[in-house]
Amino acid sequence: MSLCIIKAGLLDTIQDGGRWGYQHLGINTNGAMDVYAAGLANALLGKALSEAVIEMQFPAAQICFEQATIIAITGADFSPRINGVAIPLNHPVVVAKGSMLQFVKFLKGTRCYLSLLHSLQVESWLNSSSTNLKIAVGGFEGRRLQKEDVIPFINQYKVEHLLQNVAFALLPWKANDALEKRNKLQVVYGSEWHLLTEEAQHQFQHSFFQITNDADRMGYRLQGPALEFKQHSSLLSSAVNFGTIQALPNGQLIILMADHQTTGGYPKVAHVITADLSLLAQKNTNNTIQFKVTDGATAEEKLVAQQKNLRGLQIACKFRLEELL
Amino acid sequence: MCFFIVPCYKFGTFRFQMHTFHPYSIFPLGDRALTIEFGHVLNEELNEKVLRLFRQLKSKAYPFVVDLLPAYSSLTVYYDVPYLRQHYPLQTAFETMVLGIENLRMEEEALQTEKRLMKVPVCYERSFAPDIEELAKSKNISVEEVIRLHMSKTYRVYLIGFLPGFPYMGEVDERIAMPRREQPRTHVAAGSVGIAGKQTGIYPTTSPGGWQIIGRTPLTLFNQHQTDPVLFSPGDEVQFYSITEDEFVHYQSRTA
Repeated sequence: MSLCIIKAGLLDTIQDGGRWGYQHLGINTNGAMDVYAAGLANALLGKALSEAVIEMQFPAAQICFEQATIIAITGADFSPRINGVAIPLNHPVVVAKGSMLQFVKFLKGTRCYLSLLHSLQVESWLNSSSTNLKIAVGGFEGRRLQKEDVIPFINQYKVEHLLQNVAFALLPWKANDALEKRNKLQVVYGSEWHLLTEEAQHQFQHSFFQITNDADRMGYRLQGPALEFKQHSSLLSSAVNFGTIQALPNGQLIILMADHQTTGGYPKVAHVITADLSLLAQKNTNNTIQFKVTDGATAEEKLVAQQKNLRGLQIACKFRLEELL
Repeated sequence: MCFFIVPCYKFGTFRFQMHTFHPYSIFPLGDRALTIEFGHVLNEELNEKVLRLFRQLKSKAYPFVVDLLPAYSSLTVYYDVPYLRQHYPLQTAFETMVLGIENLRMEEEALQTEKRLMKVPVCYERSFAPDIEELAKSKNISVEEVIRLHMSKTYRVYLIGFLPGFPYMGEVDERIAMPRREQPRTHVAAGSVGIAGKQTGIYPTTSPGGWQIIGRTPLTLFNQHQTDPVLFSPGDEVQFYSITEDEFVHYQSRTA
């Protein structure tokens, strides 16, 4: 059994925790932009946090479930509906065979995640199902989902008894709304921070930066004061990471996102801390952000706390689900 | 301890061999990776040090090391912060990694370098080399001389980056070194051989790009269906040899 895409969305791809371990071959990690929301969707269904989910932007796909299953939707709020009736985010929903999921209105956030109790049969490449759009591998045929795509389910869970002849039913547990409104992102210094002039360092910490139109899964270009360097040194290309903030030759900044190239030669002035990447992934073109410098130990603690939260939730949901199935 | 606040670099030496010490600096790359830098220059010896350390760490398959990226003169290690904090709760994950790396003993096997010489056929015909005439003209040499100079050296693959399987090789003869195109192309064919500054490289897949294209190889540099999807490895040696357009077509049909 399977799900079927009735109408394609703007950019709906299969993503998971990322294709780690192959950057020495120039193969970047890809993976969910909002790793926390993707993990939350899986946790609510008791699944491994890094399992494959569908990442959607607005307008999102219209999806028909050809078998009863349980879904969880997290991240951006695009007003999800089952057969026209609104369903909540961050809440597992049992859906009947033949039911239709639609997203009718953009409310907040940028990326929404759909996890299903039945795992999706997608292409795993180098231990990951994430879609690499650039070289067209992984996920569903290495591309965004299109009309009439059919994604089969792998496992055989029976969930009909939870429905009792209705189109959908909410399970008795949920998570709190994880989407934050904060626009101050925490960062740690990058290796070329000290090459910025004192004025530029001050500007970086006290100015507003606007996310331009040039913002996608590869990176967000920002518009703000042009930052100046004390000296111009030509750098050899070296590794970068999701969250790395580079200064372009014109002094403007770019933040590298999930589909970034493995290496870069621009000065790295700072890095958005991993725990705040979720917040960044939910920002839109024209949103303004600010940077607040923190230290590495704090950044690590925030990441660990996020992970602990998700793992705790995942274990609790797994037990509760096993009781029901 | 505030190891973590950059730019406060931590200096030290690696003991690769009993009597050889290698200066390096080590600093965080964000909050879940660190970079070990052996120098700031493009240099074969530094790159070899990077690759030795890369091979040693890779062969150990530590559960907390999630990725390794050797570049020209630096190695970046991506690590699992929650794992390290759980197993070594008294210090930051970065501190644990720094201590671990400082106490590494270079192992004998890792010193063995598996040097491969790759011979790469290139068709330098005009139809595959849209920038070769411009390059020859601006350098005041003939197209034949460009080709001869490009084939005259054995190059080293310093780094795989930009695209899956894209080898950054160096260094080309000064007489054919040329900056990237001012207007990058939106479409560079797979197999295109290019020059950017003193580097030469090959596009593994069709992609936008700004390198000066002087030829094309029929070799497949990237194939997702193979267990080893990428042809080149960092540290490989590469020699180019010239083939005709007929040979190019023949080569492709043989390997297709």
